[in-house]
Amino acid sequence: MSGAPQRIAIIGAGQAGGQAAYSLRQAGFEGAITLIGDEPAPPYQRPPLSKAYLKGELEAERLFLKPLEYYAEHNVDLITSNAAKKIDLAGRQIEMASGPAIAWDRLVIATGARPRKLPVPGADLDGILELRTLSDVDKLKWSAVKGARMVVVGAGYIGLEAAAVGAQLGMHVTILEAMPQVLSRVAGPEIGVFYTRTHREAGTDVRLGAKLEGFEGQGHVSGVRLVGGEVIPCDVVLVGVGVLPNLELALDAGLTCGNGIVVNAQGQTSHPDVYAAGDVAWRPLVHFGRDGRLESVHNAIEGGKIAAASMLGGPAPALEVPWFWSDQFDLKLQTAGLWTGADAQIIRGDAQSRAFAVFYLKEGRVIAVDAVNSAPEYVVGRRLVAAKAAVAPAELADKSISMKDIGARAAS
Amino acid sequence: MPKITYIDSSGKERQVEGKNGMTVMETAIKHNIPGIDADCGGACACATCHVYVDEAFTAKVGKPSAMEQSMLDFAENVKENSRLSCQIKIRDDLDGLKVTTPESQH
Repeated sequence: MSGAPQRIAIIGAGQAGGQAAYSLRQAGFEGAITLIGDEPAPPYQRPPLSKAYLKGELEAERLFLKPLEYYAEHNVDLITSNAAKKIDLAGRQIEMASGPAIAWDRLVIATGARPRKLPVPGADLDGILELRTLSDVDKLKWSAVKGARMVVVGAGYIGLEAAAVGAQLGMHVTILEAMPQVLSRVAGPEIGVFYTRTHREAGTDVRLGAKLEGFEGQGHVSGVRLVGGEVIPCDVVLVGVGVLPNLELALDAGLTCGNGIVVNAQGQTSHPDVYAAGDVAWRPLVHFGRDGRLESVHNAIEGGKIAAASMLGGPAPALEVPWFWSDQFDLKLQTAGLWTGADAQIIRGDAQSRAFAVFYLKEGRVIAVDAVNSAPEYVVGRRLVAAKAAVAPAELADKSISMKDIGARAAS
Repeated sequence: MPKITYIDSSGKERQVEGKNGMTVMETAIKHNIPGIDADCGGACACATCHVYVDEAFTAKVGKPSAMEQSMLDFAENVKENSRLSCQIKIRDDLDGLKVTTPESQH
Protein backbone atom coordinates (compact mmCIF):
# COMPACT_ATOMS: atom_id res chain seq x y z
CA MET A 1 0.00 0.00 0.00
CA SER A 2 1.09 3.56 -0.60
CA GLY A 3 1.55 5.99 2.30
CA ALA A 4 -1.08 8.17 3.93
CA PRO A 5 -3.82 9.17 1.46
CA GLN A 6 -3.48 12.56 -0.23
CA ARG A 7 -5.96 12.31 -3.09
CA ILE A 8 -9.15 10.33 -2.68
CA ALA A 9 -11.55 9.88 -5.58
CA ILE A 10 -15.06 8.55 -5.18
CA ILE A 11 -16.96 7.27 -8.21
CA GLY A 12 -20.68 7.57 -7.60
CA ALA A 13 -22.34 10.50 -5.83
CA GLY A 14 -25.20 8.63 -4.21
CA GLN A 15 -25.80 7.89 -0.55
CA ALA A 16 -22.69 5.70 -0.16
CA GLY A 17 -20.32 7.94 -2.12
CA GLY A 18 -21.61 11.05 -0.38
CA GLN A 19 -21.24 9.41 3.03
CA ALA A 20 -17.65 8.41 2.29
CA ALA A 21 -16.83 12.06 1.53
CA TYR A 22 -18.66 13.40 4.61
CA SER A 23 -17.01 10.84 6.90
CA LEU A 24 -13.55 11.63 5.52
CA ARG A 25 -13.97 15.34 6.25
CA GLN A 26 -15.61 14.64 9.61
CA ALA A 27 -12.58 12.55 10.57
CA GLY A 28 -10.29 15.46 9.71
CA PHE A 29 -8.88 14.30 6.37
CA GLU A 30 -7.36 17.37 4.73
CA GLY A 31 -6.30 15.97 1.35
CA ALA A 32 -8.19 16.24 -1.92
CA ILE A 33 -11.60 14.60 -2.33
CA THR A 34 -13.19 14.29 -5.77
CA LEU A 35 -16.78 13.05 -5.78
CA ILE A 36 -17.95 12.01 -9.24
CA GLY A 37 -21.65 11.78 -10.08
CA ASP A 38 -23.28 11.22 -13.46
CA GLU A 39 -26.58 12.81 -12.38
CA PRO A 40 -27.06 16.61 -12.32
CA ALA A 41 -27.96 16.73 -8.61
CA PRO A 42 -25.64 16.50 -5.62
CA PRO A 43 -26.03 13.37 -3.46
CA TYR A 44 -29.66 12.97 -2.43
CA GLN A 45 -31.98 10.60 -0.63
CA ARG A 46 -33.57 8.07 -2.94
CA PRO A 47 -36.17 6.51 -0.62
CA PRO A 48 -38.64 9.44 -0.81
CA LEU A 49 -38.62 9.25 -4.63
CA SER A 50 -41.29 6.52 -4.60
CA LYS A 51 -43.08 8.10 -1.64
CA ALA A 52 -43.41 11.77 -0.64
CA TYR A 53 -41.56 13.14 -3.68
CA LEU A 54 -43.73 11.25 -6.18
CA LYS A 55 -46.76 12.47 -4.29
CA GLY A 56 -45.57 16.03 -4.74
CA GLU A 57 -45.07 16.69 -1.04
CA LEU A 58 -41.36 17.56 -1.27
CA GLU A 59 -39.31 19.66 -3.62
CA ALA A 60 -36.06 18.15 -4.93
CA GLU A 61 -33.83 20.37 -2.84
CA ARG A 62 -35.24 18.88 0.35
CA LEU A 63 -33.82 15.51 -0.69
CA PHE A 64 -30.21 16.70 -0.83
CA LEU A 65 -28.05 14.95 1.77
CA LYS A 66 -26.08 18.16 2.28
CA PRO A 67 -26.80 21.68 1.05
CA LEU A 68 -24.91 22.59 -2.12
CA GLU A 69 -22.67 24.99 -0.21
CA TYR A 70 -21.32 22.09 1.85
CA TYR A 71 -19.10 20.89 -0.99
CA ALA A 72 -17.35 24.22 -1.49
CA GLU A 73 -17.12 24.92 2.23
CA HIS A 74 -15.56 21.52 2.89
CA ASN A 75 -13.39 21.51 -0.19
CA VAL A 76 -15.06 18.49 -1.75
CA ASP A 77 -14.71 18.68 -5.52
CA LEU A 78 -18.19 17.59 -6.60
CA ILE A 79 -18.38 16.71 -10.28
CA THR A 80 -21.92 16.24 -11.61
CA SER A 81 -23.35 15.16 -14.98
CA ASN A 82 -20.08 13.51 -15.92
CA ALA A 83 -19.31 9.81 -15.85
CA ALA A 84 -16.19 7.85 -15.05
CA LYS A 85 -15.30 5.81 -18.14
CA LYS A 86 -12.31 3.78 -17.08
CA ILE A 87 -10.34 3.06 -13.94
CA ASP A 88 -6.61 2.91 -14.59
CA LEU A 89 -5.22 0.97 -11.62
CA ALA A 90 -1.57 1.08 -12.72
CA GLY A 91 -1.62 4.80 -13.56
CA ARG A 92 -3.93 5.58 -10.61
CA GLN A 93 -6.32 7.74 -12.51
CA ILE A 94 -9.89 7.77 -13.76
CA GLU A 95 -10.68 8.56 -17.37
CA MET A 96 -13.79 10.68 -17.64
CA ALA A 97 -16.52 10.89 -20.29
CA SER A 98 -15.51 14.51 -20.71
CA GLY A 99 -12.66 16.57 -19.34
CA PRO A 100 -9.29 15.64 -17.87
CA ALA A 101 -8.51 12.40 -16.06
CA ILE A 102 -8.71 12.42 -12.26
CA ALA A 103 -5.73 11.22 -10.25
CA TRP A 104 -6.12 9.28 -7.00
CA ASP A 105 -4.11 7.41 -4.43
CA ARG A 106 -7.21 5.86 -2.85
CA LEU A 107 -10.38 5.12 -4.75
CA VAL A 108 -13.93 4.35 -3.63
CA ILE A 109 -16.30 2.73 -6.12
CA ALA A 110 -19.89 3.51 -5.17
CA THR A 111 -21.51 3.16 -8.57
CA GLY A 112 -24.75 1.73 -7.21
CA ALA A 113 -27.16 -0.26 -9.29
CA ARG A 114 -29.47 0.26 -12.23
CA PRO A 115 -33.00 -0.97 -12.79
CA ARG A 116 -33.28 -4.31 -14.50
CA LYS A 117 -34.92 -4.12 -17.93
CA LEU A 118 -37.69 -6.44 -19.04
CA PRO A 119 -36.58 -8.55 -22.02
CA VAL A 120 -39.96 -8.43 -23.75
CA PRO A 121 -41.23 -6.91 -27.01
CA GLY A 122 -42.14 -3.25 -26.78
CA ALA A 123 -40.06 -2.58 -23.66
CA ASP A 124 -38.55 0.51 -25.29
CA LEU A 125 -41.87 2.28 -25.97
CA ASP A 126 -42.35 5.74 -24.50
CA GLY A 127 -44.25 5.78 -21.24
CA ILE A 128 -42.52 2.68 -19.87
CA LEU A 129 -40.65 4.10 -16.93
CA GLU A 130 -38.39 3.04 -14.12
CA LEU A 131 -37.77 4.62 -10.75
CA ARG A 132 -34.24 5.10 -9.55
CA THR A 133 -33.33 8.75 -10.06
CA LEU A 134 -34.90 12.17 -9.64
CA SER A 135 -35.16 12.43 -13.40
CA ASP A 136 -37.02 9.07 -13.56
CA VAL A 137 -39.58 10.19 -11.04
CA ASP A 138 -40.00 13.60 -12.64
CA LYS A 139 -41.07 11.76 -15.81
CA LEU A 140 -43.48 9.57 -13.86
CA LYS A 141 -44.99 12.62 -12.15
CA TRP A 142 -46.24 13.91 -15.51
CA SER A 143 -48.43 10.84 -15.80
CA ALA A 144 -49.32 10.51 -12.14
CA VAL A 145 -52.65 12.31 -12.36
CA LYS A 146 -56.18 11.49 -11.33
CA GLY A 147 -57.91 9.11 -13.71
CA ALA A 148 -54.74 8.00 -15.52
CA ARG A 149 -54.17 4.27 -15.85
CA MET A 150 -50.88 2.91 -14.51
CA VAL A 151 -49.57 -0.63 -14.67
CA VAL A 152 -46.86 -1.43 -12.15
CA VAL A 153 -44.71 -4.39 -13.12
CA GLY A 154 -43.07 -5.95 -10.07
CA ALA A 155 -44.39 -5.85 -6.52
CA GLY A 156 -41.26 -5.03 -4.58
CA TYR A 157 -40.91 -2.04 -2.27
CA ILE A 158 -40.63 0.48 -5.09
CA GLY A 159 -43.50 -0.87 -7.17
CA LEU A 160 -45.81 -1.09 -4.19
CA GLU A 161 -44.89 2.35 -2.88
CA ALA A 162 -45.50 3.93 -6.27
CA ALA A 163 -48.75 1.97 -6.61
CA ALA A 164 -49.89 3.28 -3.22
CA VAL A 165 -49.14 6.87 -4.24
CA GLY A 166 -50.93 6.30 -7.56
CA ALA A 167 -54.05 5.01 -5.84
CA GLN A 168 -53.96 7.94 -3.44
CA LEU A 169 -53.72 10.36 -6.37
CA GLY A 170 -56.81 8.76 -7.94
CA MET A 171 -55.05 6.78 -10.66
CA HIS A 172 -56.37 3.40 -11.85
CA VAL A 173 -53.58 1.07 -10.82
CA THR A 174 -52.84 -2.52 -11.81
CA ILE A 175 -49.96 -4.40 -10.21
CA LEU A 176 -48.46 -7.35 -12.09
CA GLU A 177 -46.30 -9.68 -10.02
CA ALA A 178 -44.74 -12.81 -11.51
CA MET A 179 -44.31 -14.53 -8.15
CA PRO A 180 -47.26 -15.98 -6.22
CA GLN A 181 -46.93 -13.22 -3.60
CA VAL A 182 -45.94 -9.55 -3.36
CA LEU A 183 -42.68 -8.57 -1.62
CA SER A 184 -41.57 -12.20 -1.87
CA ARG A 185 -37.90 -11.31 -2.25
CA VAL A 186 -37.76 -9.16 0.89
CA ALA A 187 -40.43 -10.41 3.31
CA GLY A 188 -42.31 -13.50 4.39
CA PRO A 189 -45.72 -14.63 3.13
CA GLU A 190 -47.75 -13.09 5.98
CA ILE A 191 -46.50 -9.65 5.04
CA GLY A 192 -47.17 -10.35 1.37
CA VAL A 193 -50.75 -11.43 2.01
CA PHE A 194 -51.35 -8.34 4.14
CA TYR A 195 -50.01 -5.89 1.55
CA THR A 196 -51.87 -7.61 -1.30
CA ARG A 197 -55.10 -7.15 0.64
CA THR A 198 -54.25 -3.54 1.50
CA HIS A 199 -53.66 -2.60 -2.13
CA ARG A 200 -56.82 -4.38 -3.25
CA GLU A 201 -58.84 -2.52 -0.62
CA ALA A 202 -57.50 0.72 -2.09
CA GLY A 203 -59.02 -0.25 -5.43
CA THR A 204 -55.87 -1.55 -7.09
CA ASP A 205 -56.04 -4.64 -9.28
CA VAL A 206 -53.29 -6.91 -7.93
CA ARG A 207 -52.45 -9.83 -10.24
CA LEU A 208 -50.22 -12.49 -8.71
CA GLY A 209 -48.42 -15.08 -10.82
CA ALA A 210 -48.93 -12.72 -13.77
CA LYS A 211 -47.05 -13.64 -16.95
CA LEU A 212 -46.11 -10.65 -19.04
CA GLU A 213 -45.73 -11.17 -22.76
CA GLY A 214 -45.03 -7.68 -24.03
CA PHE A 215 -46.11 -4.07 -24.40
CA GLU A 216 -48.37 -2.64 -27.08
CA GLY A 217 -48.49 0.82 -28.54
CA GLN A 218 -47.46 3.06 -31.42
CA GLY A 219 -44.55 5.09 -30.09
CA HIS A 220 -46.16 5.38 -26.66
CA VAL A 221 -47.30 2.43 -24.59
CA SER A 222 -51.04 1.80 -24.73
CA GLY A 223 -51.32 -1.62 -23.16
CA VAL A 224 -49.62 -4.50 -21.41
CA ARG A 225 -50.16 -7.91 -22.97
CA LEU A 226 -50.24 -11.00 -20.76
CA VAL A 227 -49.57 -14.57 -21.77
CA GLY A 228 -52.95 -15.88 -22.90
CA GLY A 229 -53.72 -12.72 -24.82
CA GLU A 230 -55.34 -10.38 -22.31
CA VAL A 231 -54.31 -6.75 -22.81
CA ILE A 232 -54.47 -4.31 -19.91
CA PRO A 233 -54.92 -0.82 -21.36
CA CYS A 234 -52.73 1.84 -19.76
CA ASP A 235 -51.30 5.33 -20.04
CA VAL A 236 -48.06 4.62 -18.21
CA VAL A 237 -46.07 1.62 -17.02
CA LEU A 238 -43.68 1.56 -14.09
CA VAL A 239 -41.21 -1.31 -14.13
CA GLY A 240 -39.76 -2.21 -10.74
CA VAL A 241 -38.27 -5.66 -11.11
CA GLY A 242 -35.06 -5.25 -9.18
CA VAL A 243 -31.66 -3.82 -9.95
CA LEU A 244 -28.30 -4.92 -11.31
CA PRO A 245 -25.07 -3.71 -9.71
CA ASN A 246 -23.04 -1.33 -11.87
CA LEU A 247 -19.94 -3.51 -12.06
CA GLU A 248 -18.54 -2.61 -15.46
CA LEU A 249 -15.79 -0.22 -14.33
CA ALA A 250 -14.60 -2.67 -11.68
CA LEU A 251 -14.70 -5.68 -14.00
CA ASP A 252 -12.86 -3.77 -16.68
CA ALA A 253 -10.16 -2.84 -14.16
CA GLY A 254 -9.77 -6.51 -13.22
CA LEU A 255 -11.15 -6.23 -9.67
CA THR A 256 -12.71 -9.38 -8.24
CA CYS A 257 -16.46 -9.35 -8.74
CA GLY A 258 -19.34 -11.75 -8.29
CA ASN A 259 -22.86 -10.44 -7.86
CA GLY A 260 -21.18 -7.26 -6.69
CA ILE A 261 -17.64 -5.96 -6.18
CA VAL A 262 -16.15 -8.26 -3.58
CA VAL A 263 -14.90 -6.38 -0.50
CA ASN A 264 -13.56 -7.46 2.87
CA ALA A 265 -14.67 -6.21 6.30
CA GLN A 266 -12.61 -3.05 5.72
CA GLY A 267 -14.43 -2.31 2.47
CA GLN A 268 -11.32 -3.13 0.41
CA THR A 269 -11.63 -4.71 -3.01
CA SER A 270 -9.03 -7.11 -4.44
CA HIS A 271 -6.80 -4.03 -4.87
CA PRO A 272 -5.74 -2.75 -1.43
CA ASP A 273 -6.13 0.93 -2.34
CA VAL A 274 -9.52 0.53 -3.97
CA TYR A 275 -12.69 0.33 -1.89
CA ALA A 276 -16.32 -0.30 -2.75
CA ALA A 277 -19.48 0.69 -0.88
CA GLY A 278 -23.24 0.73 -1.21
CA ASP A 279 -25.50 -1.23 -3.57
CA VAL A 280 -22.54 -2.32 -5.69
CA ALA A 281 -20.52 -3.98 -2.90
CA TRP A 282 -20.55 -7.69 -2.09
CA ARG A 283 -19.61 -7.50 1.56
CA PRO A 284 -19.41 -9.54 4.76
CA LEU A 285 -22.73 -9.52 6.60
CA VAL A 286 -21.31 -9.97 10.07
CA HIS A 287 -24.62 -10.66 11.81
CA PHE A 288 -25.34 -13.52 9.47
CA GLY A 289 -21.94 -15.14 9.01
CA ARG A 290 -22.01 -14.84 5.24
CA ASP A 291 -21.34 -12.35 2.45
CA GLY A 292 -23.99 -10.61 0.40
CA ARG A 293 -25.09 -7.50 -1.40
CA LEU A 294 -27.65 -5.21 0.21
CA GLU A 295 -29.65 -2.43 -1.40
CA SER A 296 -30.55 -0.01 1.35
CA VAL A 297 -29.84 3.30 3.00
CA HIS A 298 -28.34 1.58 6.02
CA ASN A 299 -25.93 -0.37 3.83
CA ALA A 300 -24.92 2.71 1.84
CA ILE A 301 -24.22 4.79 4.95
CA GLU A 302 -22.35 1.99 6.69
CA GLY A 303 -20.30 1.16 3.59
CA GLY A 304 -19.32 4.80 3.15
CA LYS A 305 -18.28 5.05 6.79
CA ILE A 306 -16.30 1.80 6.66
CA ALA A 307 -14.37 2.87 3.56
CA ALA A 308 -13.57 6.29 5.05
CA ALA A 309 -12.42 4.81 8.36
CA SER A 310 -10.26 2.17 6.63
CA MET A 311 -8.55 4.66 4.34
CA LEU A 312 -7.62 6.87 7.29
CA GLY A 313 -6.81 4.02 9.65
CA GLY A 314 -9.44 5.30 12.08
CA PRO A 315 -11.80 3.37 14.31
CA ALA A 316 -14.30 1.23 12.40
CA PRO A 317 -17.95 2.24 12.77
CA ALA A 318 -20.33 0.05 14.76
CA LEU A 319 -21.91 -2.46 12.40
CA GLU A 320 -25.68 -2.35 12.53
CA VAL A 321 -28.15 -5.09 11.79
CA PRO A 322 -29.46 -4.34 8.28
CA TRP A 323 -32.58 -2.19 8.45
CA PHE A 324 -35.15 -1.11 5.90
CA TRP A 325 -38.46 0.65 5.79
CA SER A 326 -41.36 1.15 3.42
CA ASP A 327 -44.19 3.67 3.62
CA GLN A 328 -47.43 2.74 1.88
CA PHE A 329 -50.78 4.40 2.62
CA ASP A 330 -50.97 4.84 6.40
CA LEU A 331 -48.64 1.90 6.98
CA LYS A 332 -45.03 2.02 8.04
CA LEU A 333 -43.23 -1.25 7.49
CA GLN A 334 -39.96 -1.42 9.40
CA THR A 335 -37.65 -4.37 8.84
CA ALA A 336 -34.54 -5.43 10.73
CA GLY A 337 -32.34 -8.34 9.75
CA LEU A 338 -32.60 -10.68 6.77
CA TRP A 339 -35.29 -13.33 6.78
CA THR A 340 -33.66 -15.68 4.23
CA GLY A 341 -33.14 -19.07 5.81
CA ALA A 342 -35.81 -18.70 8.49
CA ASP A 343 -37.31 -21.97 9.70
CA ALA A 344 -40.12 -20.46 11.78
CA GLN A 345 -42.30 -17.36 11.70
CA ILE A 346 -44.02 -15.93 14.75
CA ILE A 347 -46.84 -13.46 14.29
CA ARG A 348 -47.34 -10.92 17.02
CA GLY A 349 -50.58 -8.95 16.94
CA ASP A 350 -53.40 -9.07 14.44
CA ALA A 351 -53.05 -8.06 10.81
CA GLN A 352 -56.69 -6.92 10.84
CA SER A 353 -55.73 -4.18 13.30
CA ARG A 354 -53.12 -2.92 10.79
CA ALA A 355 -50.48 -3.08 13.51
CA PHE A 356 -48.63 -6.36 13.77
CA ALA A 357 -45.20 -7.90 13.38
CA VAL A 358 -43.66 -11.08 12.03
CA PHE A 359 -40.54 -12.42 13.70
CA TYR A 360 -38.39 -14.80 11.69
CA LEU A 361 -36.45 -17.45 13.59
CA LYS A 362 -33.70 -19.82 12.58
CA GLU A 363 -32.82 -22.61 14.97
CA GLY A 364 -34.70 -20.79 17.71
CA ARG A 365 -32.89 -17.47 17.27
CA VAL A 366 -34.38 -14.26 15.90
CA ILE A 367 -32.86 -13.42 12.50
CA ALA A 368 -35.33 -10.79 11.28
CA VAL A 369 -38.49 -8.87 12.04
CA ASP A 370 -41.05 -7.18 9.81
CA ALA A 371 -43.06 -4.69 11.85
CA VAL A 372 -46.13 -2.95 10.45
CA ASN A 373 -47.04 0.17 12.45
CA SER A 374 -45.27 -1.49 15.38
CA ALA A 375 -42.18 0.46 16.36
CA PRO A 376 -41.49 -1.41 19.65
CA GLU A 377 -41.41 -4.73 17.81
CA TYR A 378 -39.02 -3.23 15.28
CA VAL A 379 -36.71 -1.55 17.77
CA VAL A 380 -36.48 -4.49 20.16
CA GLY A 381 -36.41 -6.90 17.23
CA ARG A 382 -33.34 -5.12 15.88
CA ARG A 383 -31.62 -5.76 19.21
CA LEU A 384 -32.73 -9.38 19.32
CA VAL A 385 -31.26 -9.94 15.84
CA ALA A 386 -27.99 -8.25 16.81
CA ALA A 387 -27.74 -10.41 19.94
CA LYS A 388 -28.75 -13.57 18.00
CA ALA A 389 -31.18 -13.94 20.88
CA ALA A 390 -33.05 -17.16 21.54
CA VAL A 391 -36.62 -16.21 22.42
CA ALA A 392 -39.51 -18.53 23.27
CA PRO A 393 -41.99 -18.34 20.35
CA ALA A 394 -44.95 -18.31 22.75
CA GLU A 395 -43.59 -15.19 24.46
CA LEU A 396 -43.01 -13.38 21.18
CA ALA A 397 -46.58 -14.09 20.12
CA ASP A 398 -48.04 -12.95 23.45
CA LYS A 399 -49.05 -9.28 23.25
CA SER A 400 -49.61 -9.21 27.04
CA ILE A 401 -45.83 -9.38 27.43
CA SER A 402 -44.33 -6.05 26.38
CA MET A 403 -41.48 -5.89 23.90
CA LYS A 404 -39.46 -4.14 26.60
CA ASP A 405 -39.84 -7.20 28.82
CA ILE A 406 -39.06 -9.57 25.99
CA GLY A 407 -35.93 -7.58 25.22
CA ALA A 408 -34.89 -7.52 28.88
CA ARG A 409 -35.43 -11.28 29.30
CA ALA A 410 -33.43 -12.04 26.19
CA ALA A 411 -30.59 -9.86 27.43
CA SER A 412 -30.41 -11.48 30.84
CA MET B 1 -38.62 33.45 10.29
CA PRO B 2 -38.34 31.50 13.54
CA LYS B 3 -34.83 31.28 14.92
CA ILE B 4 -33.61 27.89 16.09
CA THR B 5 -30.53 27.35 18.25
CA TYR B 6 -28.64 24.08 18.21
CA ILE B 7 -26.32 23.39 21.14
CA ASP B 8 -23.80 20.58 20.75
CA SER B 9 -22.74 18.27 23.56
CA SER B 10 -19.77 20.53 24.37
CA GLY B 11 -22.10 23.53 24.83
CA LYS B 12 -21.32 25.34 21.58
CA GLU B 13 -24.35 27.23 20.24
CA ARG B 14 -25.29 27.72 16.59
CA GLN B 15 -28.31 29.85 15.74
CA VAL B 16 -29.99 29.60 12.34
CA GLU B 17 -33.16 30.85 10.71
CA GLY B 18 -35.76 28.16 10.26
CA LYS B 19 -38.61 28.00 7.80
CA ASN B 20 -42.17 27.18 8.76
CA GLY B 21 -43.14 23.64 7.77
CA MET B 22 -39.59 22.34 7.62
CA THR B 23 -38.48 20.10 10.45
CA VAL B 24 -35.84 20.86 13.07
CA MET B 25 -33.84 17.96 11.58
CA GLU B 26 -34.02 19.26 7.98
CA THR B 27 -33.02 22.71 9.16
CA ALA B 28 -29.97 21.25 10.89
CA ILE B 29 -28.93 19.37 7.73
CA LYS B 30 -29.43 22.47 5.60
CA HIS B 31 -27.14 24.45 7.88
CA ASN B 32 -24.49 21.77 8.40
CA ILE B 33 -25.19 21.46 12.10
CA PRO B 34 -23.05 18.64 13.50
CA GLY B 35 -24.49 16.06 15.88
CA ILE B 36 -27.61 15.13 13.90
CA ASP B 37 -27.12 12.14 11.58
CA ALA B 38 -30.67 11.63 10.30
CA ASP B 39 -29.74 8.42 8.49
CA CYS B 40 -33.28 7.71 7.28
CA GLY B 41 -33.88 11.26 6.11
CA GLY B 42 -36.85 11.93 8.36
CA ALA B 43 -38.95 8.79 8.04
CA CYS B 44 -39.00 8.19 11.81
CA ALA B 45 -37.15 4.95 11.08
CA CYS B 46 -33.71 5.29 12.61
CA ALA B 47 -33.65 7.49 15.74
CA THR B 48 -30.40 9.21 14.72
CA CYS B 49 -31.76 12.77 14.94
CA HIS B 50 -32.34 12.67 18.69
CA VAL B 51 -32.30 16.06 20.48
CA TYR B 52 -33.10 17.41 23.93
CA VAL B 53 -35.66 20.22 23.82
CA ASP B 54 -34.99 23.25 26.04
CA GLU B 55 -37.26 23.16 29.10
CA ALA B 56 -38.86 26.49 28.15
CA PHE B 57 -40.19 24.92 24.94
CA THR B 58 -41.13 21.36 25.90
CA ALA B 59 -44.82 22.25 26.31
CA LYS B 60 -45.00 24.18 23.03
CA VAL B 61 -43.14 21.49 21.07
CA GLY B 62 -45.44 18.86 22.53
CA LYS B 63 -45.16 15.16 23.20
CA PRO B 64 -43.87 12.56 20.76
CA SER B 65 -46.35 10.41 18.84
CA ALA B 66 -46.66 6.75 19.82
CA MET B 67 -44.35 5.71 16.96
CA GLU B 68 -41.74 8.31 17.86
CA GLN B 69 -41.97 7.42 21.55
CA SER B 70 -41.28 3.77 20.73
CA MET B 71 -38.23 4.73 18.69
CA LEU B 72 -37.04 6.92 21.56
CA ASP B 73 -37.72 4.28 24.23
CA PHE B 74 -34.74 2.34 23.03
CA ALA B 75 -32.39 5.14 21.96
CA GLU B 76 -29.30 5.90 24.06
CA ASN B 77 -29.36 8.50 26.85
CA VAL B 78 -33.03 9.34 26.53
CA LYS B 79 -34.36 11.98 28.90
CA GLU B 80 -37.74 13.46 29.73
CA ASN B 81 -37.23 16.18 27.08
CA SER B 82 -35.97 13.88 24.30
CA ARG B 83 -37.52 14.19 20.85
CA LEU B 84 -36.66 13.09 17.33
CA SER B 85 -35.96 16.33 15.51
CA CYS B 86 -37.42 14.97 12.24
CA GLN B 87 -40.80 14.99 13.91
CA ILE B 88 -40.74 18.63 15.09
CA LYS B 89 -42.12 20.98 12.46
CA ILE B 90 -41.09 24.60 12.71
CA ARG B 91 -43.85 27.17 13.31
CA ASP B 92 -43.91 30.83 14.33
CA ASP B 93 -44.47 30.09 17.99
CA LEU B 94 -41.29 27.98 18.09
CA ASP B 95 -39.21 31.12 17.44
CA GLY B 96 -36.25 30.99 19.83
CA LEU B 97 -36.36 27.20 20.20
CA LYS B 98 -33.20 25.68 21.63
CA VAL B 99 -32.29 22.03 21.23
CA THR B 100 -29.22 20.20 22.43
CA THR B 101 -27.70 17.29 20.52
CA PRO B 102 -26.47 14.19 22.38
CA GLU B 103 -22.86 13.10 22.36
CA SER B 104 -23.61 10.30 19.90
CA GLN B 105 -26.54 9.24 17.74
CA HIS B 106 -25.56 5.58 17.51
